[in-house]
Amino acid sequence: MSAEGGTTGYIQHHLTNLAVCADGAKVDGVCTGFWTFHLDTLLVSGLLGLVVFGFMALMASKATAGVPSGGQNFVEMVVGLVDQQVRDTFHGKSALVTPLAITIFVWVFVMNAMDLIPVDFLPTALQAATGNHDLPFKFVPTTDPNLTFAMSLTVFFISIFMGLKVKGFGHFMHEVFAVPFGLKLAPVNLLFRIVEEIARPISLSLRLFGNMYAGEMVFILIALIGIYQLPLALPWALFHILIITLQAFVFMMLTIVYMSMAAESH
Amino acid sequence: MNINATLIGQAIWFALFIWITMKFVWPPLQKAMADRQIQIADGLAAAERGKHEQELAAKRSADALREAKEKSSELVAQAEKRAQQIVEDAKGTAKVEADKIVVGAKAEIDQEVERAKQQLRERVAELAVAGAEKILRKEINASAHADMLVALKQDL
Repeated sequence: MSAEGGTTGYIQHHLTNLAVCADGAKVDGVCTGFWTFHLDTLLVSGLLGLVVFGFMALMASKATAGVPSGGQNFVEMVVGLVDQQVRDTFHGKSALVTPLAITIFVWVFVMNAMDLIPVDFLPTALQAATGNHDLPFKFVPTTDPNLTFAMSLTVFFISIFMGLKVKGFGHFMHEVFAVPFGLKLAPVNLLFRIVEEIARPISLSLRLFGNMYAGEMVFILIALIGIYQLPLALPWALFHILIITLQAFVFMMLTIVYMSMAAESH
Repeated sequence: MNINATLIGQAIWFALFIWITMKFVWPPLQKAMADRQIQIADGLAAAERGKHEQELAAKRSADALREAKEKSSELVAQAEKRAQQIVEDAKGTAKVEADKIVVGAKAEIDQEVERAKQQLRERVAELAVAGAEKILRKEINASAHADMLVALKQDL
């Protein structure tokens, strides 16, 4: 418990991102405008991604068809699990869908897994290292809606692009205006389509964000107990392992479903 | 919840990681996994073939063994037969030889007997003549009575 201001201050502090922006954009020393960057989210997610995908690329570069090494076997297991889901759900042919699903599953999983590190552990270490005892730093990037929206919007654009590529512009437009009620009700169809398309990225990102944010919040509340937090923190962490995996899986699975809906005719 | 430019940064990270996975992670792994699948299928097929081959070999070896057994028992029977025959032949030869020897011996005995008789005959004539000479002395001339002596000799 490093920050002053009691319980509320502690919680507030733990939910604040390390933001940087131009000095002109600051209001009372706090970044408010659009051109603000959450350094913690960007750094943690980027470093985690570089480490895991670097490791996977290394293992893949050394991959042989013979008896696999332990690392290769592990990577193959994860990749095989995702590939199986893609095969079961996505029936079109695309070189993008499986890598996209692998990226989402692995990345979201490792970012969520940061939640298992006790809430004060890394921020306190960082504060001690920098000497700034008020430095806010969120170590779980998936509790930042910027990240979840960035992912869901990317998925959204890829699905639109895939729909156009697989079906062609004419067919795609026909689907937008004629499904599900036929051409006579084109405006209704278009409205339905827009609502559907907008609902997807929002639900996708808010689901992940909400789950991780709530989980993080429970960890912070448990941490408030102080020295006797272990009997509560441990069961919640064990339960959270399930949520971490499940949310990564759900994000991946829904992405595959959206891709398959984009690639297949209704 | 404030949406800001972090979104753009995160999208760039995301795109980078998708690219890494698409370029460096998935294709080599997919290839390795597919190759391994082929290798395993080949291995299983080879094992199946080997098993079949082994079954055939076992069958062949059993056949060969049975044949060898048959042949060997046949050979043994032949050898026994041959041995018996040899014994029979030897017996026959021995009998013939023995018979020959017996016949030879008989002939020899007969000859000896004849010779002894001859000698006896010679001796009898001499003895008779000597006796007669002693008895008759002068009266009897050997040459004058030769015809009689010869007749006597024949009667013996």
